[in-house]
Amino acid sequence: MSALQRLFNFNGGVKPAYNKEASIGLPIAVPPTPTLLVIPLHQSIGGMPRPLVKAGERVLKGQRIGGADGNVSSAVHASTSGTVVAVEMRLMPHTSGLTALCVVIEPDGRDEWIPRQPFDFRSATPTQSRDYLRDAGVVGLGGAVFPTYLKLNPGKHGRLDTLVLNGAECEPFITCDDMLMRERAETVLKGAVIMREMLGAGQVLVGIEDNKPEAIAAMEVAAQAANAAAGDAAIKIVAVPTRYPAGGAKQLIRVLTGIEVPHGKRSTDYGVQCFNVGTAYAVYEAITLGQPLISRIVTIAGNVGRARNYEVLFGTPMRDLVALCDPLPDSDRVIMGGPMMGLRMPNDSVPVVKAANCILVGSRKLFPPPPPEMPCIRCGECAKVCPSDLQPFEMYWFSRARIFGKTQEYHLFDCIECGCCAYVCPSHIPLVDYYRFAKSEIWAHESEKEAADVARQRYEFRLLREEREKQEKAAKLAAKTAAGRERAAAALADADKPAVTPEQDAKKALIAAALELARTQKAQVQPENISNLTPEQQAEIDAIEARRAEIREMAKPHVRQND
Amino acid sequence: MTSYLFIILGAVLVNNVVFVRILGLCPFMGVSKKLETAMGMGAATTFVLTMACGASYVIDHWMLIPNQVEYLRTLSFIVTIAAIVQITELVIQKTSPLLHQVLGIYLPLITTNCAVLGIPLLNVSLRHNFLESLLFGFGSAVGFTLALILFAGIRERLEAADIPIHFRGTAIAMITAGLMSLAFMGFAGLDKYK
Amino acid sequence: MLAAILVMALGAIVLGAALGYAAVRFRVEGDPLVEKIDAILPQTQCGQCGFPGCKPYAQAIAKGEAEINQCPPGGDEGIHKLADLLGREFKPLSAEHGVEKPKSVAVIDEQVCIGCTLCIQACPVDAIIGAAKQMHTIVARQCTGCELCLPPCPVNCISMQPIGESVENWKWKYPVFKIAPARREAA
Repeated sequence: MSALQRLFNFNGGVKPAYNKEASIGLPIAVPPTPTLLVIPLHQSIGGMPRPLVKAGERVLKGQRIGGADGNVSSAVHASTSGTVVAVEMRLMPHTSGLTALCVVIEPDGRDEWIPRQPFDFRSATPTQSRDYLRDAGVVGLGGAVFPTYLKLNPGKHGRLDTLVLNGAECEPFITCDDMLMRERAETVLKGAVIMREMLGAGQVLVGIEDNKPEAIAAMEVAAQAANAAAGDAAIKIVAVPTRYPAGGAKQLIRVLTGIEVPHGKRSTDYGVQCFNVGTAYAVYEAITLGQPLISRIVTIAGNVGRARNYEVLFGTPMRDLVALCDPLPDSDRVIMGGPMMGLRMPNDSVPVVKAANCILVGSRKLFPPPPPEMPCIRCGECAKVCPSDLQPFEMYWFSRARIFGKTQEYHLFDCIECGCCAYVCPSHIPLVDYYRFAKSEIWAHESEKEAADVARQRYEFRLLREEREKQEKAAKLAAKTAAGRERAAAALADADKPAVTPEQDAKKALIAAALELARTQKAQVQPENISNLTPEQQAEIDAIEARRAEIREMAKPHVRQND
Repeated sequence: MTSYLFIILGAVLVNNVVFVRILGLCPFMGVSKKLETAMGMGAATTFVLTMACGASYVIDHWMLIPNQVEYLRTLSFIVTIAAIVQITELVIQKTSPLLHQVLGIYLPLITTNCAVLGIPLLNVSLRHNFLESLLFGFGSAVGFTLALILFAGIRERLEAADIPIHFRGTAIAMITAGLMSLAFMGFAGLDKYK
Repeated sequence: MLAAILVMALGAIVLGAALGYAAVRFRVEGDPLVEKIDAILPQTQCGQCGFPGCKPYAQAIAKGEAEINQCPPGGDEGIHKLADLLGREFKPLSAEHGVEKPKSVAVIDEQVCIGCTLCIQACPVDAIIGAAKQMHTIVARQCTGCELCLPPCPVNCISMQPIGESVENWKWKYPVFKIAPARREAA
């Protein structure tokens, strides 16, 4: 089948040492349940889910502990049954080494599931299906953790031509998708069939790099069975040439379909959508088995004696997994992801999250510190290998000088941070670090600008409101004055006082009335809690009064300045 | 016909108003920090300079020469150019706010641009006729624009470069301008083919 | 001599008339420059510049009545942008208008608040919620950190808290390399 598929090509790419053999020798194993699970609430792109449980509560396996918040967000679930020990700030698996809100669960060892029911997506509306997947916490498991329900939208035409399943797994060391496809090919394709129905896609292309012959063979068998069952030939397994980053969504789409998704467009505009094979598996589990996403397959590799894939509950400390694999004594770091795009973790106690496809144990010997950065010689190697067809040296030049507007002119945000440019750079420039720096500066700047726009609007509205209130007050006052005058005139008629003109008298009466009103108001305004004061309280109040006077004194020059 | 071509070619490249005649250096250094502003300035100068050459020819030949008051040439040219610039600005501001946004802030700068006065005076001393005056003015302005755009392109990159601290800003810009001037010397003699 | 005077006078009259006509005929209302300046200002509305808000300050800059270095929340970056826009020279932040501080939000100590509503009246962006004799609180997301609510508070219950770094707003740092002393190779 694969021979018939015409393949295309993407520009650039590199061929690093793959180092995948070590972790494909042993089947996927399930590690023992840890003594404490720390489940971060923020595990996907988008809004941080709000916590739904409190400390002391008992939770079941698969119970929702974080509810999706906002349009782009995805739920989080308890990975096993147990007791919530705390909902607190814990160290995140994030380069920053900062903390964020996590639910800490002490497992009770019973592994008791919530009642699981399959979801009948065929009789549900597309919105219901998407909401279900959002609440099941299904996100892209390729590493980007974008909520899957948002991508399961066929777009404006209501149907797609092609559903691409990404089993390329191009990054060195990582074999979790490889092992998943070898051992659970049938389930992956069942998930793909569900996705295909939800998207109304014509065909399913499964792209697998040709350095995984066993996975391709297993998937071929499963695809034949699935096609036979459906009575068509919609699912095709395609071996793609091994070249990093063939597993990038845009790159794989280009290789399989020849479609190049331009800047600012979505692949669905061209009738294509791309999912990781792990995501297809998670969709199957959520829809057919009623199990939310609580675990994933993680490769533990690198500087370890026994590299292997494990099916890990989210919240398991990375340290526990590394310990299972006999880390070598000189290990000094833990990287989440692969050597090209992975992020170095602050330490090995951080939990496994949905984004963790690989835990790479490193050492100085395995990943020697980079040689010092040399000046860019404008050799153009980076532009040759860039799979997004960008000009990395230009983006670097302007990122380095903090001229961010120019970096955007060179389409910095189309950079997928694959690291090819840094890999080939003869001057050992950590180009991706510069892009990440520039991107986060631009994001910060944009959010600042948004905040400023909101502040401007609110300020202008306040001015408008004050003006309106002033007018209303003036109108009210005018009405009141008219009424007061009438009353005064009536009073004048009673008490005969020829010495003053009625006009003056009316004014006097008004002032008296206003004074009376002020007096009564003042009496009412007396705070209720100052009766029956103890001497200490009285002393405190006196101190506050003194401070108040002081502040007034201090505020005076300030007021003058404003005038 | 070829002589007209040579006038334009000569004004653009060989006797480039900035690099060879060293005229109009204030806007050249002042508005060459960004490519967009350089283009705006270039466009505005092209328009004004062509107009100024035409108007000054008219003034010279219809007012100054018949009345034998050629010694008022500089004075009257300055006044004329200033007025042209001001009227142009007002008209653009009203008719095309977009163009005014692009050119607007540069127009007053042109008023005091020595190139804009220098080219009409050169027209007189080179005894150009009306058409030649216009072409010479237009060519010089194109040369000015070319110089400005080239220089702005270089300066945009210079801004991101590692320059020794004492050379940053205007210093390195002057050095760059000098080098570009040397490069333009290479065109010398190109317009002497006749 | 007479001819010269006549020629110049004629020229002046013609050009003057043309200019005068154009000024009347092609009159334009509004000033887009104010909008541009206002877009650069941080919209803190703090009044530290000596004007009652960002917009009035923008108007003053556009008219040339105010310097561009009077906005502490905008900091050096803001001054650079204004200098670029207006074609003026960069000036360091003027000390009399304040110093650049880390971005903060005001926080009301709700135990101490007596519900006087004075801070509500002072807040330029209506970011304080509360009513007379009710506890007040600040909507942190809308607070610009202008500190205008601090002086009116009679019980000093409002404090400024710098916005800390979280996983959401954490920024990648500029790549820096340690320069290690070169080691001589052992012979």
